[in-house]
Amino acid sequence: MSEIQLVLEILRYDPEKDQEPHFETYPVSCQDDWMVLDAINHVKDHVDTTISYRWSCHMAVCGSCGMMIDGDPKLACKAPVADYAGQTVRIEPLANFPIERDLVVVMDDFMEKLTRVKPYIIRKDEKPIEEGEYKQTPAELKKYKQFTLCINCLCCYAACPQYALIPEFIGPAALTMAHRYNQDSRDQGLAERQDVVATPEGAWECSFAGECSVVCPKHVDPAGALQQLKISTTVQWYKGLIGMGGK
Amino acid sequence: MAYVRPVSKTTWYLAKRSYTVHMVQELTSLFVAILAFILLWGIGAVAGGPESYQAFLDSMNSTGMLFVMWGVTVVMFYHAVAWFSVTPKAMPIQRGEEFVPGSLIAGGHYVVWVVLSVIILLLAGVF
Repeated sequence: MSEIQLVLEILRYDPEKDQEPHFETYPVSCQDDWMVLDAINHVKDHVDTTISYRWSCHMAVCGSCGMMIDGDPKLACKAPVADYAGQTVRIEPLANFPIERDLVVVMDDFMEKLTRVKPYIIRKDEKPIEEGEYKQTPAELKKYKQFTLCINCLCCYAACPQYALIPEFIGPAALTMAHRYNQDSRDQGLAERQDVVATPEGAWECSFAGECSVVCPKHVDPAGALQQLKISTTVQWYKGLIGMGGK
Repeated sequence: MAYVRPVSKTTWYLAKRSYTVHMVQELTSLFVAILAFILLWGIGAVAGGPESYQAFLDSMNSTGMLFVMWGVTVVMFYHAVAWFSVTPKAMPIQRGEEFVPGSLIAGGHYVVWVVLSVIILLLAGVF
């Protein structure tokens, strides 16, 4: 197994000491099958134990290690160091979020917005458990399954120029979750979500730059979801005009 | 206290090539507006009678307007292609458990575009 040399240029920010962030440089000898997360872990374990960052599963499932790697939002556990061999790699916390400390961002805004879209199945006519589950055909599942793959890594928010400029924007991942449940044949909560989705801060704030889908590590395609939301909210509006409410 | 990084409201689209391309695509909507304005101008001229319509046609035949119309046509082609390329994302079509390939959805828009253009040109007496 050969070694790869790279230099990590990591953003550092200690809210108790620093007025603003600065960068510190760490040369690292990496094994050629490492991911960038392994390189950061190496620095944390052997060079500088004070670096703060989030990670957990190391298999692109938990969504914790989203960060800016050379200017692009990526999961550090899914970014091979081989892609940056011999280079200086700038590591920053996810763009468009306040920095809590070093590579850790404040996610409160996203969590609040995610709650507002009611990302769960809403039933008007809840049936007793004894009557069994709400059944769904494979075709009905396929309709929204892609959108269930979101791991809330927030790479899409870091890539979204609209969220950067207009923080009130509900944003790609949360709106995709709204669309995921609107598309679910078991759900009856579309009308309840419209108050958040069909607003200027909702789907209509999206200008379709499409970067959210480009950077999404799980190929959820939030940009597609938001355009579909625009169409469905328009249809709902016209239905409302002629007295036909949505589900 | 958490640190909030500043975002430039005037130069953000220069930070990435994809942002710049996006803004160029957004700017093509100005040319849609120009075309709509010329169309309304023409309709108004028709409503004003033969003389005003002839004046409109004379204006459209000027070198400056021909230059503008060629420019608008080129940009409108780019605008249409950019839009059609993203239609599979906005309008996915599901048949049973499978989605219709995006190339068919985008291709369908091109077919409709060509058919409508031919019909309009036929009505206009071009052929």
